[in-house]
Amino acid sequence: MDQIELRAVSFEYTANGRRVLALSDVAFGVGVSEFVCVVGRSGCGKTTLLNILAGFLTPTKGEVLMDGKTLHGRGLDRGVVFQDFAQLFPWRTAQRNVEFGLEMKGVPRDERAATARRFLTLVGLDKFTGAYPHELSGGMQQRVAIARALAYNPSVLLMDEPFAALDALTREDMQRLLADVWRETKKTVVYVTHNVAEAVYLADRIVIMTPHPGTVKSQITVTLRRPRDPLSIEFLEYQKRVVADL
Amino acid sequence: MFRASATLGLRRAAWGLAQLAFPFVVVAIAWEAFAILGPFPPRLFPRLDVIGSTFVRLIATGILPLHALDTILRLAAGFALGGVVGVVVGMLMGRHRWAEDLLVPVVSVGNPIPGLAYAPLFVLWFGLGNLPAVLLVGFSATFPVIVNTWTGVKAVKDIWIRAAQVMGAADRQLFRKVVLPGALPYVLTGLRLGLARAWRVLIAVEMLTSVSVGLGWLIFGAREFMNTDVMLAGIAVIGIVGLALEKLVFERIEQFTVVRWGMMQR
Ligand SMILES: Nc1ncnc2c1ncn2[C@@H]1O[C@H](COP(=O)(O)OP(=O)(O)O)[C@@H](O)[C@H]1O
Ligand SMILES: [Mg+2]
Repeated sequence: MDQIELRAVSFEYTANGRRVLALSDVAFGVGVSEFVCVVGRSGCGKTTLLNILAGFLTPTKGEVLMDGKTLHGRGLDRGVVFQDFAQLFPWRTAQRNVEFGLEMKGVPRDERAATARRFLTLVGLDKFTGAYPHELSGGMQQRVAIARALAYNPSVLLMDEPFAALDALTREDMQRLLADVWRETKKTVVYVTHNVAEAVYLADRIVIMTPHPGTVKSQITVTLRRPRDPLSIEFLEYQKRVVADL
Repeated sequence: MFRASATLGLRRAAWGLAQLAFPFVVVAIAWEAFAILGPFPPRLFPRLDVIGSTFVRLIATGILPLHALDTILRLAAGFALGGVVGVVVGMLMGRHRWAEDLLVPVVSVGNPIPGLAYAPLFVLWFGLGNLPAVLLVGFSATFPVIVNTWTGVKAVKDIWIRAAQVMGAADRQLFRKVVLPGALPYVLTGLRLGLARAWRVLIAVEMLTSVSVGLGWLIFGAREFMNTDVMLAGIAVIGIVGLALEKLVFERIEQFTVVRWGMMQR
C-alpha cells in the first residue's frame, strides 16, 4: 500500500475576487521509502502541491491519504525543507536549529544535543555545530535545513526546490549528499523541482506536471542503478523522455 | 620581531586615540578663545580650568554623584516602566488585529508629541516629586518602544513561522521561540530610542517637578547664584551618562545578540 495517496486533488486560490485553479484532479501515490520527484515548469502548482502535503493548505476538492487515513493539517510525521535559505533561525546555532523539532517534542537536552550532532554529521557539518546560519554558505545552510527536517524523525520528507538557488557545482554536491542521506535514512521523499537532470539523478519515480491548470501529465519510473552517472547514455535517455512530456 | 609589532600596535592605538580626541580639542580651543575674547564676563562664561576644577570638587565632595545617582534611579524606574509597557503593547498590536485597529491611531497621534508637553498635567495629577517624574519618563519612553516592537513583530519572517509550525510549535512556543527573538532587532532599536527620549524628558522634568535631588534640579538651582561652572559640570555628567548607557549597555546587548546572529550590521 502507498504511504501517501493523492485522490483527485484540486486546489483553487481566491486572490482579490479572482480565482486561480492551481491544481486539477491530481492523483498519484508514493510508496514507503520511495523517492518521488515532481517535475514541471514554474506555475504548474508544485509548491501548492507540497503545501497541501505539508498541511498548510487543504484541497478544495479531493483528499490526501497518509498511511490510509485522510490528512488533516500539519504533523510531525512530515519534515519540510524549503527553497529559501532564510528558513533557518538566525538566532540559533546550526545545532540549536536542528534541535528545534526535538525541543517541541519535549526531548531532554542532552539527548537532543546528541541527536542534532548525529544528523549534522550525516550531512557533513560536524565541524560547524556552533556556527550561526549567517556564518555558513548557502549550501551549508540547506544541509542544516535537511538535518533539521530529519532530526525529529518524520517518516516523510517534503522538499521544495531546496537547491534551486545554489550554484551548479554546489548543487551537484548537494544532490550526491541527498542521495546518500536518503540511502542511510530510507525516508519517503517527495521532492519538487523544475530541474530535469536533478529529477533523473534522484528519483525512483518522476511525476511530470503541466500548468494551467496543474495536472499530472505522466509518470516515469527510473530504474537506473545508484549511484547514477549523469553522463551515461541511459541517463540522457531518461532526461529526453522527461523533457518530451514537459 | 615581536617587539617591533608591539610598538607598532601601541603607535596605532595612540593614533586612534588622537583621532578620537581631535574634535574635542577643537571645541576646547574655541571655548577658551571665546571665554577670553568674547563679550561674556568670566562668571557667565567660565574658562575650562574653572569648569574642570568645579567638576572635580563636586565629585570629590560627593555632590555630583549624589545628584547623578538620583537621576539615574529615576531614569531606571521610568524607563523600566515604559519599556515593559511598550514591549507588551507593541507585541499585542503585532499579534492581534483588534489591538492593532484600536491602538495604531492612538499611538500615531501620541508618538510625535513631546513628552514634556504633558509635564504640567502630570504635576496636577500626581503632585510634585518623584512620582510624576517617573511616570512622565515612562510615558515618553513607551511610544518609540511600542512602534518599533509592533514593526518588529510584523517583520518576523513568515518562513520562520512556517518552519516552526512544521516542527510542531504550538502558539506559545511560536511566540517565545520565534516571534520574540525574530523581533528583537526592532525591539532593541525601540528601547534605544525610548531611552534617549527618557533621558531628555527626565532632565527637563526635574526642573519642573521640584524634585529635591537630581541633575536637572542641580542645573536649574545653580541659576539662582549664577554658578555657571556648576551648570556646565552637570551638563557634562549628563553627556557622559548618556554616552555610557549607549556604549556600555546597548552596544553590548546588541553585540551579544542581533549582531552575533547577523541580524544587524555594526
Ligand atoms: N497565494 C496565491 N494566490 C493566488 N494564486 C496563487 C498563489 N500561489 C500560487 N498561485 C498560482 O497558482 C499557480 C501554481 O503556483 P505554484 O504552486 O507556486 O507553482 P510552482 O511552485 O510550480 O511554480 C500559479 O498560477 C500561481 O500564480
Ligand atoms: Mg514553487
